[in-house]
Amino acid sequence: MINNSRLNVEEYNFEGKNIEEPPVQKKPNKFLKILNSKRVVPYVFVLPFIISFLILTLYPAIQAFVMSFQRILPGQVTFIGFQNYERIFNPSFFKALTNTTIYTISTVVVLVSVPIILAILLDSKFVKFKTLFRSALFIPSLTSVVVAGIIFRLVFAESESSIANQIIGIFGVDPVSWQYTGWSGMLLMVLIASWRWMGVNILYFLAGLQNIPKEIYESAEIDGANIFQRFRHITLPFLKPIIIFVTTISIIGGFRVFEESYVLWQGNSPGNIGLTLVGYLYQEGIQQNDLGFGSAIGVIVLILIFIVSILYLFLTGGFKRGDE
Amino acid sequence: MKKKNNTVAKWILNIIFAIVAFIALFPLIGLIISSFRPSTELMRNGITFSINWNELSLNNYIYIFTQAGEYWEWYGNSLIISGLTIILSLFFSSMVGYSLATYNFKGRNLIFLFVLVIIMIPFEVLMLPLYQLMIDTRLIDTFTGIMLPLIVSPTAVFFFRQYAIGLPKELMDAARIDGCTEYGIFFKIMAPLMLPSFAAMAILQGLHSWNNFLWPLLVVRSNDLFTLPIGLATLLTPYGNNYDILIAGAVMTVIPIVILFAFFQRYFVAGLSTGGVKG
Repeated sequence: MINNSRLNVEEYNFEGKNIEEPPVQKKPNKFLKILNSKRVVPYVFVLPFIISFLILTLYPAIQAFVMSFQRILPGQVTFIGFQNYERIFNPSFFKALTNTTIYTISTVVVLVSVPIILAILLDSKFVKFKTLFRSALFIPSLTSVVVAGIIFRLVFAESESSIANQIIGIFGVDPVSWQYTGWSGMLLMVLIASWRWMGVNILYFLAGLQNIPKEIYESAEIDGANIFQRFRHITLPFLKPIIIFVTTISIIGGFRVFEESYVLWQGNSPGNIGLTLVGYLYQEGIQQNDLGFGSAIGVIVLILIFIVSILYLFLTGGFKRGDE
Repeated sequence: MKKKNNTVAKWILNIIFAIVAFIALFPLIGLIISSFRPSTELMRNGITFSINWNELSLNNYIYIFTQAGEYWEWYGNSLIISGLTIILSLFFSSMVGYSLATYNFKGRNLIFLFVLVIIMIPFEVLMLPLYQLMIDTRLIDTFTGIMLPLIVSPTAVFFFRQYAIGLPKELMDAARIDGCTEYGIFFKIMAPLMLPSFAAMAILQGLHSWNNFLWPLLVVRSNDLFTLPIGLATLLTPYGNNYDILIAGAVMTVIPIVILFAFFQRYFVAGLSTGGVKG
């Protein structure tokens, strides 16, 4: 293959310059010639990526570990061993860890189960206006988290005439100050994320459903399989790779949660009800300007994400290729 | 009997989806309606079911168009940053993706592996060292600093590579015989063939940049560099008296995007389902 292409280049040089066309008047610059050789060109094309990888990913990745062992003051950096890590395991961190875990589990459950059901229903031949419904569900993903925060703060406002309090009022429940109560604060964060990401996940599952041959359903129906048996034994196994994919990105996204919390409380929630791991990193690293300690939190977050997603992929067989 | 069952199922399913679609759109509808309500009343009561139709007015919009210069400054900044990000990131990412797809060269697989690894690394972990780097290089509080991490996007590289793999390689050979340089082949022949992928990635990168929050929150310090999300977030205080700007401003941040979506739905779907990794 490589030999072939080299041959081609020579042929082209030979034919192109000496026989078919009149000799080129301007002698091509040697540097330009090298720059245009098929050997060099691919590297020129990937150069921006290599530079950005080295400066904006590899260097910060190494720095994140290095900084987590340092005390960083302007113009004065000292190596302090594991001191940052020794400080980490404090009540605020555990509060953040608990909140992040609850948030991750809730968003994974909601953002996997509901989109599967909606995608399957949407895929049915009985639904008219498919594109319209799909678009409607997709539109929330166009909003920024800040706008979503503005909306949800207003829908879940403290006043008893706000929509959320009106709805619970129907069931005789007293108005709740949603943003300042532990469980409802978490609920708001999960709702914001679910509202914004539902449509995108439905798209993933819809794409997966396209791959299931319709004949399998037909023959199962002839064999007398009911709708739940068909779901359990045909749809789910075919969707498994997509379920694993969506769950994995939701787990990673869950551990990274910060913005949903920030738009509700600007980084300072009452009693830390909305403190997340990245929120704690932001508080310590940026607000308190303790970059070393912040980096140590970052390293812990990275390790957590790594362990949880690897564990999940192992348990579900996500590493195996093909079917079983 | 069977036919009757089907009609019932049809009705039930369509009603379910009408309700689901309404729930999905309700927050935005509520936002738009509320933007016509007096801001003080909105701040006190939040978004409500009961609407006092006599109260609705264009006052919030009149205020934002006549009094709120800073809002338009944020708007301009967001437009400039998103526009530049789209141009630069499409230019660089498409070259990289194209090269990975069409050339055979040493290290290609390694580079592609790096692309995939970067997609998986959470930005939040790299954020503090990058922040420090921006301080050291004096890029903190500049447009360049805001845009830099988005310029070579691994997601876009991945998307362009997948797209370019399907391009007819015979065209490249034919162009070479005609004396076209390798760069000419890309810019004049192959890139135009990749147009649909450019559209999808322009939308992904543009939307990402328009809505980007966490990184600008770290990098931007001076008011005149605020982007829309950062600016709006500063108004989000419980004691805020700027709810007029907040609510009308939020509407005007989202609506242009929704209109674009109505026209370029296909590309939105293609772009966002690749870049769907949260963030």
